[in-house]
Amino acid sequence: MTERPLSVVGHFVTRVDGYDKAYGRTKYTADVSLPETLHVQMLTSPYAHAKINHIDTSRIWDVQGVRAVVTGNDFPIRVGPLVADRMPLAVDKVRYYGEPVALVIANKPHQAKAACNKIKVSYEQLPVINSPQEAMQNESVLIHEQLNDYKLQVEGICAVPNTNIANHTKIRKGDMEKGWKNSDKIVEAEFSFSPSDHAALETRAVRAEILPDGRVMIYTSSQGPFYVKKLLSQFLKIDEGKISVQTSMLGGAFGGKGCVQLEFLAYLASKAVGGKMVRLVNSREQDMVTSPVHIGLHAKVKLGADSAGKLQAASYEFLFDGGAYSDMGAGISKAGAVDCTGPYKIDNVHCDSYCMYTNHPYATSFRGFGHPEQAFAMERTMDMLAKELAMDPLELRMINAIKPGDTTPTQVHLNASNLGDLPSCLRKLKTLTDYKETKSKITKEGKIRTIGISAFWKTSSTPPNATAGVILTFNTDGSINLNCGAVELGQGSKTVLAQILAERLQMDMKKINVTFEVSTEYDPHQWKTVASSTTYLAGRAVLAAADDIIRQLKQIGSVALRCSPDDLNVGQRLIYLKDSPEYNMKIKDVVVAYKYPNGNSVGGLVIGKGSHVVRHLTPLDPHTGFGKPGPQWTVGAQAVETEYDPKTHAYRIIKAATVLDAGKVINPALAIGQMRGGMYLGLSWASRESFSFDEQAIVCNPSFRSYDVMRIQDHPDYLVDFVETPLVDGPYGARGIGEYGVIGMAGALANSLSQASSCNINQLPIIPETIWKLTKGDKQ
Amino acid sequence: MDKGYFNLVDFRANGVPYQLFVRNADTLLHILREELGLMSVKPGCENGDCGSCTVLMDNVPVNACHMLAVEADSHHITTIEGLEDTKLQEAFIANHALQCGYCTPGFILNAHALLSHHPDADEQKINEWLESNICRCTGYQEIKEAIQTVQKELEGNG
Repeated sequence: MTERPLSVVGHFVTRVDGYDKAYGRTKYTADVSLPETLHVQMLTSPYAHAKINHIDTSRIWDVQGVRAVVTGNDFPIRVGPLVADRMPLAVDKVRYYGEPVALVIANKPHQAKAACNKIKVSYEQLPVINSPQEAMQNESVLIHEQLNDYKLQVEGICAVPNTNIANHTKIRKGDMEKGWKNSDKIVEAEFSFSPSDHAALETRAVRAEILPDGRVMIYTSSQGPFYVKKLLSQFLKIDEGKISVQTSMLGGAFGGKGCVQLEFLAYLASKAVGGKMVRLVNSREQDMVTSPVHIGLHAKVKLGADSAGKLQAASYEFLFDGGAYSDMGAGISKAGAVDCTGPYKIDNVHCDSYCMYTNHPYATSFRGFGHPEQAFAMERTMDMLAKELAMDPLELRMINAIKPGDTTPTQVHLNASNLGDLPSCLRKLKTLTDYKETKSKITKEGKIRTIGISAFWKTSSTPPNATAGVILTFNTDGSINLNCGAVELGQGSKTVLAQILAERLQMDMKKINVTFEVSTEYDPHQWKTVASSTTYLAGRAVLAAADDIIRQLKQIGSVALRCSPDDLNVGQRLIYLKDSPEYNMKIKDVVVAYKYPNGNSVGGLVIGKGSHVVRHLTPLDPHTGFGKPGPQWTVGAQAVETEYDPKTHAYRIIKAATVLDAGKVINPALAIGQMRGGMYLGLSWASRESFSFDEQAIVCNPSFRSYDVMRIQDHPDYLVDFVETPLVDGPYGARGIGEYGVIGMAGALANSLSQASSCNINQLPIIPETIWKLTKGDKQ
Repeated sequence: MDKGYFNLVDFRANGVPYQLFVRNADTLLHILREELGLMSVKPGCENGDCGSCTVLMDNVPVNACHMLAVEADSHHITTIEGLEDTKLQEAFIANHALQCGYCTPGFILNAHALLSHHPDADEQKINEWLESNICRCTGYQEIKEAIQTVQKELEGNG
């Protein structure tokens, strides 16, 4: 039987949420303003590390409209996704600048704010840990004295008591001694960058109320409404069934909205005012430092290769700057370790990856989950090795590209399905960027144009039981409602899922209504909308639900059309005989029971259900890292072309390119958009985004005035192309793609500018001052 | 204690006349959202840095967070709810110039003002006008392409 050509999957389809968004009609969490809502304001810490001696709230009542105040002692319980190490409001001491210390609830936002200013907190400053290296070396300052007593929430996280280590992941593969012995060239380098921010334009917001029968209603800008429910239930000791979490569309997330922070605070605030509806919205400054940030890193990398350039050994030490609490930072340090080599075959690998507690704002997931960070270090080292070998950087990557039959650092066997095709990506990148050689060209004005490249890979580090589910119901006109727990944060998941359904049912996209909001009350459970896993997990669930519907339609159809269900096909809104389509009936006549001409009815409602769970994942062995961390590895190659002015050290980014093995591109326009947006985020981070800390670990730039991001005049030409090596168990062969555009950008940018400026740029962000400092007397 | 801190403002929003008592300290952003319910006007930084709350005052783009509500007195305010007969919305959809959609009303209003003041704006002019607005999802290129598509259409019609 020949396969039917795809009519919706793989085609340009307009976003299902496009009209609402272009006309300003999409409602985000803080856009709902109900009467009688009270407003919450946070008081945050002015110090990065200090004892709290006393909190005096007596003066707040001078302000009209104040309803209640909450401090840490009202809920002195440690919460957290991986290690339960954080009190929602600080108790006894604060551990980062911006940490929530108290909440004031008032009738109006300005009243709550005015009252907050009247709270007097007496602090006693403590010595600060201002970098992950200090955290490792200086054991006299412990950020968490009682780390030993903290509850580990998941398997595979190793916090080390009496240190500042929140997690230590070890990778031990092969024989290092042999690897170094077989290496003719060895390069070593250190890399560092400070934490930065996701800076989604919608700041995090939440509304909460507690109903008279004890039900807790949460409306939150979260990537994981089901996860919010789980953690609230666990730490507040409320049955999950009594908690309802609802999430509307998100105004950007980039990993930053996967944390559970404000939800606890809003619950406590509502409780303090007898369960009334309260609203808590981060200011930009709070969103940048009080809520979790993008992780920082200090890394040491050592690579060895034989004279032909074949990699023989690699060792890594990652000190992630997890900040004051581990949140997802502990998981990021693990995810960075399991893919530490990048997409290269290396048989001898040694990696120690640590998540360090520091007195910085705490980190949570950021698009790429540990990969943009470690890839910067690895891809720079690859270029340094290429230079040492006098080899073309692209050629070095080509000869070491990981292939089916090889194993990952945690010794997962790779095959032609669970691994994308890197050599094809590199070849396409060469054509796409007109890459001849990386030697720099000098322009008429004396500026230097250089292409830097990078390669990347990533698996989705999900829990071994990550799931998604889909429910399909019909309207009486035969159109379908698709309910799913995937959150729309701009990535286009709702559109992609509708396309997958339209393809399977051979149906017009316009006849599919996707619910935009997610409610834990009426949508099936989904782990979270993170880790580039939605197209795979929820996409598979859509297929299962569609097949469930087809089965039901054929069954009822077989009764009405007097044939066997196997004789029937479903498509074009009809159920019809395969060999004689003139025998058919409309789907709409079946979906709310089929009625015979005499009035008798059969069938009932047609409701489709489907779910999918990742399979065969295992926790890692704590001594060697052996284990299967994720279902598949998406790979790709990237390039950045810059024009550098050697006089001023200023530069322009001219071009940025990505070639990704997407498995199957479900929607070309959305996929290109994801790659462009990913490149933008990676370039903005690498070229200018960073928190600057003073000696007391105070963040000096928590606003868009002083925290620079790329704007419209800075954008390069984006070039995007795809390779399609199907993932056998992916929907129509699709792999996860959402995070990938970010991963190699910092490496490619730094490689380009290192070559142009003839110095090793091994730190971020790369502002002209960075290059100026490095070129001053530090020429290679 | 709030007595004496209020003033009457008289202005039009999307053509509709309003007379409101506002706190002197209330920003235009706050009033548009919380009093008029025009939720397309998005707070992004409340510091004039991101452009998400861009509205048009007498067809000139301004940051609603950077203006007091009392300053809107006797002016015409336009939000995207009041933006009619523009091809920009369709062009943003067709060019995939939006993802999460949060910055979109601000960009479209700013671009609308740009095209009404400078229909033949070149790339540099587009950059000058739109550098006030931050988008974190797209690569900006799509946004520029959407505006240029509309420029071409207008040229064709003119």
